Amino acid sequence: MSRFRVQGKGRVRHDAPVGFTFDGRAYDGLRGDTVASALLANGVHLMGRSFKYHRPRGPVCAGTEEPNALVGTSRDGGAKGGRFEPNTRATAQELRQGLTVESQNRLPSLKFDVGAVNDRLYMLFSAGFYYKTFMWPRSFWDRVYEPVIRAAAGLGKAPDTVDPDRYASRYLHTDVLVVGAGPAGLTAALAAARSGAEVTLVDEHAEMGGALLSDPGVGIDGMPAWDWIAAQLDELDRLGVRRMTRTTAIGYYHQNMVGLCERLTDHLDTLPDDAPRERMWRVRAGHVVLAQGALEKPLVFDGNDRPGVMLAGAAQTYLNRYGVRVGDLAVVVTSHDSAWHAAFDLADAGTRIAAIVDTRASVRADLTEAAARRGIRVLASHTVTATWGRLRVKSVRVAPVRDGKVQGGYRIDCDCLLMCGGWTPSLHLFSHTKGTLRWDDVQQAFLPDRSVEACQIAGAGRGLWGYEAALRDGIAAGNAAAEALGRDAQDSAVLVANDRTGSGVSHKELPTDGDPNRARAFVDFQNDVTAKDIRLAVREGMRSIEHVKRYTTNGMATDQGKMSNVNGLMIASDAVGKAPPQVGLTTFRPPYTPTTFGTFAGYHRGGQFEVTRKTPIDAWAEAHGAAFEPVSLWRRAWYFPQAGEDMHAAVARECLATRRSVGIFDASTLGKIEVSGPDAVEFMNRMYTNPWTKLGIGRCRYGVLLGEDGYIRDDGVIGRLRDDLFHVTTTTGGAARVLAMMEDYLQTEWPDLDVWLTSTTEQWATVALNGPDARKVLAPLVEGQDMSAEALPHMSVAECTVAGIPARLFRLSFTGELGFEINVPARHGLRLWEALMQAGADYDICPYGTETMHVLRAEKGFIIVGQDTDGTVAPDDANLGWAIGKAKTDFVGMRSLRRPDLVAKGRKQLVGLLTEDGAVRLEEGAQIVADPDQPKPMKMLGHVTSSYSSATLGRSIAMALIEGGRDMDGQIVHVPMPDGVHKARITSTNFYDPEGERLKV
Amino acid sequence: MLLIHCPYCDETLPELEFAYAGEAHIDRPADPASLSDEEWRDYLFIRSNVKGTHAERWRHIHGCARFFNALRDTVSDEFITTYPAGQARPDLTIKEAAE
Repeated sequence: MSRFRVQGKGRVRHDAPVGFTFDGRAYDGLRGDTVASALLANGVHLMGRSFKYHRPRGPVCAGTEEPNALVGTSRDGGAKGGRFEPNTRATAQELRQGLTVESQNRLPSLKFDVGAVNDRLYMLFSAGFYYKTFMWPRSFWDRVYEPVIRAAAGLGKAPDTVDPDRYASRYLHTDVLVVGAGPAGLTAALAAARSGAEVTLVDEHAEMGGALLSDPGVGIDGMPAWDWIAAQLDELDRLGVRRMTRTTAIGYYHQNMVGLCERLTDHLDTLPDDAPRERMWRVRAGHVVLAQGALEKPLVFDGNDRPGVMLAGAAQTYLNRYGVRVGDLAVVVTSHDSAWHAAFDLADAGTRIAAIVDTRASVRADLTEAAARRGIRVLASHTVTATWGRLRVKSVRVAPVRDGKVQGGYRIDCDCLLMCGGWTPSLHLFSHTKGTLRWDDVQQAFLPDRSVEACQIAGAGRGLWGYEAALRDGIAAGNAAAEALGRDAQDSAVLVANDRTGSGVSHKELPTDGDPNRARAFVDFQNDVTAKDIRLAVREGMRSIEHVKRYTTNGMATDQGKMSNVNGLMIASDAVGKAPPQVGLTTFRPPYTPTTFGTFAGYHRGGQFEVTRKTPIDAWAEAHGAAFEPVSLWRRAWYFPQAGEDMHAAVARECLATRRSVGIFDASTLGKIEVSGPDAVEFMNRMYTNPWTKLGIGRCRYGVLLGEDGYIRDDGVIGRLRDDLFHVTTTTGGAARVLAMMEDYLQTEWPDLDVWLTSTTEQWATVALNGPDARKVLAPLVEGQDMSAEALPHMSVAECTVAGIPARLFRLSFTGELGFEINVPARHGLRLWEALMQAGADYDICPYGTETMHVLRAEKGFIIVGQDTDGTVAPDDANLGWAIGKAKTDFVGMRSLRRPDLVAKGRKQLVGLLTEDGAVRLEEGAQIVADPDQPKPMKMLGHVTSSYSSATLGRSIAMALIEGGRDMDGQIVHVPMPDGVHKARITSTNFYDPEGERLKV
Repeated sequence: MLLIHCPYCDETLPELEFAYAGEAHIDRPADPASLSDEEWRDYLFIRSNVKGTHAERWRHIHGCARFFNALRDTVSDEFITTYPAGQARPDLTIKEAAE
């Protein structure tokens, strides 16, 4: 056992060793250790390299705010495994048997890192270096800055395989949610629970007790602190309080919704079967009590980042909670009383305290007397100006300060330097809901001011110091929560023995007699931001703290400024020459601590990421080898490849078969809305551009829907089944949008219209039959309808039975061929499909998918809304002026068709494009220019919207939106693509059978 | 996540059930054809964009599917009140006096 482990001390189990490795070397720790405490027990302080300068770093704290000791951890297979996690805080990760830990951001090793050359070049990386160093020369952008400098900066590497763990999520409703189970949180939870309220108590650590776990010498109500904690937890359990450890409140949202991340397995030696790794809780609380305590601030001086330099409170925690002395010979430097207690605890455990350096001129007599009793040298009114030691601090230079002047300094040897710059209340969650803060001049800290939520803050979180104050404040907060919920609260007392009260002062960077421009006095350890950087940012014009943050990167990255924000503010406000509240504080944003993507994703991954909608015929398509493509949430058959066919060959075959004989297509995803009621026709007249009054029963019309701005929103064929009943079809992706738009107008603009709107998309299965033989296949299956061209002409609809199934039978064509769309109740869709396949066997019926559908419609110049239109295309632009009811006085978007910009010359119009070389297929989205030799930037005339290889025409075809395109018929334009500039001739969009002869069958 | 009161269902429910639908109390002109270009532009595009109490439309899309109106503070995001479509905007000064 290491000599740094203090036998019998701490909450670790000294009889339960736990083996792990760090950078390949095996170590032993104890059950209850964190990675950091176990390494410190082995005398290892060096755990990482810094972000920018690659300076050697060790842990600076003992909690989740750790900026330095970030490591990669894994359970199986090291950095290649899906359970590898980068940037794990060694101070928060509980030790488990077999844990593999590796350091980050170093090459080739932690002790010798070539990236440390950056430290010598620190002048290059001053504030705003992104905007300076990376500017010139241009040729360095791609060859030096990006590959070399950027790669050298940074944190851990993301794993490159899929995370095999599962993540869960749950909702919780509770009367009172208490965040933080330190002294204030425990008494708050108990007070609220005693009133009968349903209480939830959460804490991010492995066990509850907070700061009391690091202060076992305190007595509460006649009990040692740890016995008192156990008694409170017992009572909480008896009262039915939901207690959750290893659970971080990561975000606080409107109306008392709090997000919790519960870590379930990271501390376990072996994974239980089927347990999720983490669980996200979305909690809605009647009342919230924030008892998150305070975070200790570092002091800012040259060399305050060497391994071995850490917060005094952290050293106290390592000792009392983990039984680890962080060194043999300590110097303590502080501006707050709390560090004195840490020094005494360490001295009593056998660490020599070389000196307590206090920046203040006078310190409480009881503290100096306690130091004298232990023979500790006290240096009041002193500063620290430098440290030495490459991989571990080995000495520190201290100097007296008189009348603001630093006098001659001297070196003191040490193997650890414990600092304390005071404490700052943890107000992150409070700020998430826009709770306001006010600057307290006495405490030199921001304290909570007004809350916008039903919320209390208790204890050190609102600037109270000492256990008795915190415990009593917790009781008051718990009672206030109970009373706010209408419950009777009882006051109770609490008595503390050996309380550790205290106060302190705040500093900007400590005074020095050295050159402040050469001082490496770190404010933000994680981002390598020094005091000098912040002052430089202010000199270069940054006045707002938000600008200073972005220019220097102070307070960014995984610790989100937990340790650096207030020190940065003190320095910035000094440089600006204004009081800290006038300079302000940067905004705290969720999450409070780094949270895995898995927790946010929860169950929504893989097949559960989003719904996959399938048609009733989907199973047939799958069984017959269809390739699928997603269309909004639908999965649609894309094409049906036969043996040896690629997509191109399959689509060519499907197209030719359909035009030669007959093709069958699953159109079930088409949006369908039933518009019914006495005012249905009036409603249709107002919504669509077309006239509907004279549309006969049993006839169809192609309808165009505009937005009020005059641009095309949707289209589709609409059949009139009765005087008061329309069967409206919409685009596949537009169905919900169109229904919402119709509902909006019906409910809010025309509530007087007697109309009902019903989504029937999923009630009907729709099968399209197209091709010269379509009627021959279909007619034998139809009952109750004369199938002759006279009785059922193009653009008509009938109700009949098909294959014995009641059907709405449309005759229409989206291919230019004789076409039918048969709608049957969805549950019969597959039966209809199979009946048609059987009936079509004699005609070589060919199932085709969406790609062939697209090619066939493009050969006819039929548009796809959202592909050939983009929300800025008016009907005339898309050659749909004919679809506007000329006699109508109003419809949605009609007034906009007279907008000055919609009637202006030079609008982009939809035209056809034929490449000079028919083998060249243009890229959809390719830009179009008149002259490829014009100087850059070129005048773009428009872009290609649809482009296919047409097997029917034996060449490629395309559609494009081109400025004034219709007046350019026959002209040559140029389309630059990666493989060169292609010439194309502007034509009509109707490439095939322009007279429509093939419909007349 | 906000809780929103649906005035038709008379229940306070999570934001997830609702969809925002733009500023409230902008009536579609009875005769758009008679409007000048400027008047039509104002109807189409000009919105008040207030800092403070804003009247806006919401729809209980995953519930009763009806549109209603709300007064919401755009600074705090707080819903002050909700009311059925077609009703006049509540006068908050009267409401406050009554409280």
